Amino acid sequence: MEVPDQPLPAGMFEDLALPLFDQLYNFARWLTQDASEAEDLVQETYAKALRGFSSFQPGSNFRGWMYQILRNSFLSSRTGLKTTIPFDEEDHEAAQDRATPESVLVAQATREMVQQALEKLPVHFREILLLCEVEEMSYQEIAQTLSIPQGTVMSRLFRARRALRQLLERELQGKTHVV
Amino acid sequence: MDAYLDGELPVAEAASIGTHLRSCASCAADALERVQIKRAVAAAGKRYEPSAELRARIMHAVAGKTRRHSNWVWQVVAVPAVLVLILSLTVNWYVGRENARRQQVYSELADLHVAALASTAPVDVVSSDRHTVKPWFQGKIPFTFNLPELQGSDFTLLGGRVTYLAQTPGAQLIYQIRKHEISVFILQDRGHLTESLPSGANHALTFNVDSWTQNGLRYFVIGDVAADDIARLSKLLRDAG
Repeated sequence: MEVPDQPLPAGMFEDLALPLFDQLYNFARWLTQDASEAEDLVQETYAKALRGFSSFQPGSNFRGWMYQILRNSFLSSRTGLKTTIPFDEEDHEAAQDRATPESVLVAQATREMVQQALEKLPVHFREILLLCEVEEMSYQEIAQTLSIPQGTVMSRLFRARRALRQLLERELQGKTHVV
Repeated sequence: MDAYLDGELPVAEAASIGTHLRSCASCAADALERVQIKRAVAAAGKRYEPSAELRARIMHAVAGKTRRHSNWVWQVVAVPAVLVLILSLTVNWYVGRENARRQQVYSELADLHVAALASTAPVDVVSSDRHTVKPWFQGKIPFTFNLPELQGSDFTLLGGRVTYLAQTPGAQLIYQIRKHEISVFILQDRGHLTESLPSGANHALTFNVDSWTQNGLRYFVIGDVAADDIARLSKLLRDAG
């Protein structure tokens, strides 16, 4: 969401911020894994954003800015302080893994299985997958939101997808053994 | 591969991966699996909905704070800006739609041209004599037209057939020049053709095309020859019509 390059009137905040409400709540809930914490987080985000709107850089990405506020609020919350997010991954392997025979199974994963797998992922993997697939953010937007370089976006996204796939494969194979 | 599927690769690189995927089964399977995971996460990720109560609380907090501050200057600026935006979107949409329609008519013409040449009987009336070809169309199409004298030119008339474009019957004449065939389509100009297709030379799907309206008839000249040859045949037809 690009905002015109001119001073922003206060009434504009409402027009920009309210349409993001549902997605911000969804994201907050995924981060906190708790309904009331998510509510507090969203409320805090809107309050902070409203106060800081005059410092928002016109012409930059508003959605990324809102997510950034939400995420920073989360990281400084009680639950957030317990999660560790790596500053930088040394592990910069390229996307060279190939389809394993088991991977065909992934197609059979149900929505519930994917949701459970996402819950099991560490926060920094879960959030980057949500920003990329659910919010359909570009790498650049994700980099802004998470305050990491674009190269790290790519490597973290790669590792997050690999971790998710492994969880799903394990789950599916466990299931087929039982059957 | 991930960057490709996330739409983050430059056009050229994306195109070359796209080409590779069409010919490499194992990469295609890999891509499919990644797309499935992307879709699964997108679907599974949309999971939680905020309560109506929270929505009301946020809306109240935001609206209460900002409505009072909104000033009339902004509205004065915003209204024309929105109008300009709507106008430009409409124009873009219209131009895009017109382009698509034009390409559609051209590709239909190209199809008719190629299909005629590929058939075992490209023309229903086989004659190089315009005085034979023209009367043959009588009673088959709802209009008449004039064909040029070809003596002294390097074009030869091979014959004609009845054709249909946009549910309108018309004449298709096939001319030959140096072993290349050119189709001339003549249809009644019902407005919708003219609307979507401006007159003039064009290049569509490796064919050169020329088109104009004359005496209520719409002419299309299409073939895989140089634009110059198309223009010369067009001129002969124009002068005759």
